[in-house]
Amino acid sequence: MTALVEVKGLDKAFGGVHAVEGVSFAVEAGQVYSVIGPNGAGKTTLFNLITGLYVPTKGEVRLNGENTTKLEPNQLAERGMCRTFQQMQICMNMTAIENVMLGRHLQFKSSLFTTLFRLPALLRDEKTAYKRAADLMEYVGCGEYVGAEASAMSYGALKRLEIARALAAEPKVILLDEPAAGLNATETAALEDLIRKIADQGITVMLVEHDMKLVMGISDRLLVLNYGRVLAEGTPEEIRQNPDVIAAYLGG
Amino acid sequence: MLAEFLQYLFTGITIGATYALIALGFTLIYNASHVINFAQGEFLMIGGMATVSLTAMGVPMVLAIVLAIILAGILGIALQRFAIAPAKQADVVTLIIITIGASIFIRGIAQVVWGKEYHVMQNFSSDEPIRVFGAVLNSQSLWVLGVGAVVVVALVLFFTKTLTGKAILATSMNKEAARLVGVRTQMVLMLAFLVSALLGSVAGIVVAPITFTSYDIGIILGLKGFVAAAIGGLGSGVGAVVGGLALGIVEAMAAGYISSDYKDAVAFSMILLVLFFMPRGLFGPKVVERV
Amino acid sequence: MLNRFMQSRLRGLVFLALILVIIPAFLSNSFQYGMVTQIAILAATVVGLNLLVGFAGQISLGHAGFFGLGAYFTGIATGTYGWPSVPALLVGAIMVGIIAWVVGRPILRLKGHYLSMATLAVGFIIAIILNNERALTGGPDGMPVPAFEVFGWELSSFARYSLFGLEIEGFEAWYIFASVILLVAVWFALNLIESPIGRALRSVHGSEVAASVVGVNTAKYKSLVFVISAIYASLMGSLYAHFLGFITPAVASFEFSILFITMVVLGGMGSTFGVILGAAVLTLLPQVLADFQELETVMFGLILMLTMIFMPKGLLPTLTAIVSKRMRKKAGGEA
Repeated sequence: MTALVEVKGLDKAFGGVHAVEGVSFAVEAGQVYSVIGPNGAGKTTLFNLITGLYVPTKGEVRLNGENTTKLEPNQLAERGMCRTFQQMQICMNMTAIENVMLGRHLQFKSSLFTTLFRLPALLRDEKTAYKRAADLMEYVGCGEYVGAEASAMSYGALKRLEIARALAAEPKVILLDEPAAGLNATETAALEDLIRKIADQGITVMLVEHDMKLVMGISDRLLVLNYGRVLAEGTPEEIRQNPDVIAAYLGG
Repeated sequence: MLAEFLQYLFTGITIGATYALIALGFTLIYNASHVINFAQGEFLMIGGMATVSLTAMGVPMVLAIVLAIILAGILGIALQRFAIAPAKQADVVTLIIITIGASIFIRGIAQVVWGKEYHVMQNFSSDEPIRVFGAVLNSQSLWVLGVGAVVVVALVLFFTKTLTGKAILATSMNKEAARLVGVRTQMVLMLAFLVSALLGSVAGIVVAPITFTSYDIGIILGLKGFVAAAIGGLGSGVGAVVGGLALGIVEAMAAGYISSDYKDAVAFSMILLVLFFMPRGLFGPKVVERV
Repeated sequence: MLNRFMQSRLRGLVFLALILVIIPAFLSNSFQYGMVTQIAILAATVVGLNLLVGFAGQISLGHAGFFGLGAYFTGIATGTYGWPSVPALLVGAIMVGIIAWVVGRPILRLKGHYLSMATLAVGFIIAIILNNERALTGGPDGMPVPAFEVFGWELSSFARYSLFGLEIEGFEAWYIFASVILLVAVWFALNLIESPIGRALRSVHGSEVAASVVGVNTAKYKSLVFVISAIYASLMGSLYAHFLGFITPAVASFEFSILFITMVVLGGMGSTFGVILGAAVLTLLPQVLADFQELETVMFGLILMLTMIFMPKGLLPTLTAIVSKRMRKKAGGEA
């Protein structure tokens, strides 16, 4: 069977510096797949390449067998890929729930005409979207902010809101860039549960994360990057015993 | 043929040098504060009008010029202190509107003090034009080019050789870092406005004998400076000079060979074309957006 | 929650309608009616511009170009070629929409000051063409525009009408007409903003990256709102031409573009009712300041500068913030 996300010989240079170099791996549908590595290893750059924010210098990305290397982020979203950001991208000029409703953008079919005259079809759509968004906020654990402005939310809640927005797009694969950064132990534990719940729904999860305990606990497979190159790839057990990884993490 | 071409070229380079000076003023302020100062043209107006009115009152030309430049400098500092500094949290568009408000205010005062008439300024030296291959070169054009060149060299020296100049550069690159190493950034911002105002007034004075001057001359000159700075790439000194000269020459050629009614349209089409292929102008910095 | 959400938007519209009904009580002559009518037309224009600037966060310093094109299309079509008003107005708007789409595609890729520069250039080019195509536009001297007419019925400020047995002056009729147009313009704008399309537009302002990763084609939406705001401008330009009866290239000038963007920023970017206030203030201010005679320009510049320095969010958002703070304090005091 073909992998859901497949990366072959991916290369990205900024000026003369290779942020990502010759990276290849494959993610099967339904997996929780994590990318780890020290700061500056190229993890976020890799995510940016996969989600279409950067165009790679060399190599290709395939989603469901289709070559998506040159596609824009919105075209990838149409194909079922959605993500969150290390530096959160929340629309602070909107309310919390509107941010989540934005996630349903691709599900709306209302025409400009329907919109301008606010015809019943639009109102029906909006009611469904509102309800679904409120449910999702509950699901990720920031339900108490349904009536709030995004700017009034706490850091941890915003991180959850971003996940809710990504889920609202009903993705096949969701990429989470350091979801646990800045969270305390309790919040991290809740996040772990949330990621499990998402994976149990059959959504493939790709994760960039520093929190080793979290990563080792929930990942099916891991990719270890170091200076933009693949250091190791395998199950958590394999990674734990990989001499290169041990050298890089403990010996370094 | 050649004479005609040379004639347009001379005109273009002269006015282009003026645009370059205005564009440099924009660039300075933009680099220091990321503000596009729509009141930049008013510095030119102040320079020209103050010189004209002072000489009319019997002040010797040289002294009048010095006083006019000082006046513009004070205005530049006042603009930063009283209009830009208090609004530092404001949105980009809001800052644009503030500088527009300032320019209307300055223009209003000029109108009250100097009236609405056009004023003529004497050439600095002989009125006798110079002939080159059949083209006529106004002696004042040489003044514009000479002063322009001196100013550019002075600016380069200022930014590369003096501590103050380096402080301005450092602030434009990274405000926080500059503050950490002891640069007084508020002071630097004020300096940027001051130097920018001085530049503007000098440009306004040298070009006044060619274009005449009036209370509302700043609007269009300021705009042209903005166009020149954008063509060159906002924030680039080289870009400002190249953009200014290019704009001046294209305008003069368009006026000569196409139609003087449409010379501005050609200039504005040029900026659209440049931005179409180079969204950050000719020499604008390439920025990778980080997420 | 959802119901409250929807009620709040209608409340604003009803409130605006009430104000428009009450205003005539304070008007005593045709000049004042003319002023208010003009405010309504300009307000509808900036309600459209605000969709672009306030909600989608894209600056335009050339919107008078589209306003002027609408005005001149109407002037030429109805005046020179004898078209009826409504087809002229609609065809003009479609044409302007197409022009906006064609120029919008490439320039909306630009960001920040470069976008301001490009829109400014587009506005300037339009103004220069209107100034110089004398055969068509009458050049800098301008051209007369016939009265607005529908099926042979003319709307003129100087006529008299009887409506349901009521005697109405022409300038009153224009005021009623412009008020209805403003209400419709606001209604459309509110409908657009609070819809999936509106959310996509606002997300372009809030975070373009976030918008794109959930599937918003940001280039398409920027073009869409640019075209919509240009059509608003064109339609209102057409009405403005009919209302004034005479137009000059000043309606497309840079100064007019700046006036429009100032109305938006002064009134409050992203506040539909705020920008209407902005239009009113900036139209009335010169009238009030006329008493200062030669100091008029100085005062205008000073007031503009001070307002923006001390109320950077604009008049209405600042005022509502103050009021709601007061009310909260009061509520807190009673509790």
